[in-house]
Amino acid sequence: MTPFTYVRATDAQTAVRLADSRHPGVRYLGGGTNLVDLMRETVERPTALVDVTGLSNEITETDGGGLLIGAAVRNTALAEHRLVRSRYPMLARAIVAGASPQIRNMATVAGNILQRTRCAYFYDQAGSRCNKREPGQGCDAIDGFNRMHAILGASPSCVATHPSDMCVALAALDATVHLNTAQGERRLPFADLHRLPGDEPDRDTVLQPGDLITAVELPALPLAARSAYRKVRDRSSYAFALVSVAAALAVENGTVTDVRLALGGVAPKPWRPLAAERALRGQPATEAVFRAAAAAELAAAEPLRDNAFKVELAQRTIVAVLGELAENGLAGGGA
Amino acid sequence: MGITVNGTAVELPDDPRVSLLDLLRDGLHLSGTKKGCDQGACGACTVLVDGQRILSCLALAVQYEGRSVTTIEGLGADGALHPLQQAFIEHDGFQCGYCTPGQICSAVAMIEELRRGVPSHLTVDLAAAAIPCSRDELRERMSGNLCRCGAHNGIMDAIATTYPAETHPGAAE
Repeated sequence: MTPFTYVRATDAQTAVRLADSRHPGVRYLGGGTNLVDLMRETVERPTALVDVTGLSNEITETDGGGLLIGAAVRNTALAEHRLVRSRYPMLARAIVAGASPQIRNMATVAGNILQRTRCAYFYDQAGSRCNKREPGQGCDAIDGFNRMHAILGASPSCVATHPSDMCVALAALDATVHLNTAQGERRLPFADLHRLPGDEPDRDTVLQPGDLITAVELPALPLAARSAYRKVRDRSSYAFALVSVAAALAVENGTVTDVRLALGGVAPKPWRPLAAERALRGQPATEAVFRAAAAAELAAAEPLRDNAFKVELAQRTIVAVLGELAENGLAGGGA
Repeated sequence: MGITVNGTAVELPDDPRVSLLDLLRDGLHLSGTKKGCDQGACGACTVLVDGQRILSCLALAVQYEGRSVTTIEGLGADGALHPLQQAFIEHDGFQCGYCTPGQICSAVAMIEELRRGVPSHLTVDLAAAAIPCSRDELRERMSGNLCRCGAHNGIMDAIATTYPAETHPGAAE
């Protein structure tokens, strides 16, 4: 690890001020489960850390019937919260599908959102080229071992996937991110936070240096009470997703009246398959329709040498999850 | 303010790069906590912070100012083993023993998570107040602790025997 200074912030404004006076090279530190690891590998070399685990760790109901989740809420605390379990089960399920219990106890909500790819070439400082780590260096993943990599949204400069499970649910739930910046407070749709790599894969998000996530807001979304998260991985626990699907479905008289979908493990950001959602709304809740909707989204897939299987896997997983939700609905089941 | 380790006040390191794991092992000579992968993959470094299990290898010691850390040395001692330590011996919960302190710290906190109703990947009913804990559920909840000797069956037996009320061994097998 390269040397750095460490300071703890107790509120958002102080954190932004402390970060502002330490540019460049400053990073906010949450639970450390990803950043400390990357620093040890010298992939990340911050000169200053501002510890923001002392910021809000509260989960409160909003006036509109949604939830406001403090940036420093630990992943376990979010997954076990009574209202998350009853109103947004896909979020609780996504969180407990990720990492290990120890890591979920440490990791914060904002840290989970801003974690970096687990592409092995990104981590391999000594032996591999990576445009995300060193802009302009080249990408050894594109012609390398790319079984885990993206089939949607990638670019000739980067094919890495976003590793989070929690973020897949946040994308499906139309979450909003609250920010505190040197210019003041602002809000950003979660779907607009992460960016596709294009020719700047070193920039994972649209945030500027020093911008601080202070909270994540979930809107009231009644259909999310019947929602699911399914993760397909190489072993049944403690592994990153090959493909994951977060879904909420409302069906009335056999017709899809509303739907929210997001995919993990397939793209550089939590992927909101809007083409699939469009192909579902107002249509009969049948397997044929689910299959066509998934196909509409995956028509844009551009698999690499080792990951063509993900196209079929994503297709089948979407159909299976929607089928499960539709069946539970017809049977009169609740969450 | 420093940090409390097994009930004793300890000064924080001057260098913020020192992990909680290195502080425990190299600074305090509490070598029960093990360094396995040093990258959050194996669970050998698991310790308790205010009762919650965390990975000390991914924790910067300075982040834990004012917190109370419990290591395997704080759970039991020679002649006064923690009941779970005794059960690991009786059920062959280890061979080489390297992962054992992490396994035991992890399991002690895992039981508290069960009592609190924290859901897992295998929880069927998220709304249920009490979570039935099958053997598969136990394995899922202990999946952050690897054992290269393959003593997992003995580890499960040791946990289930020590905490019968929480684990209902064999209930859903």
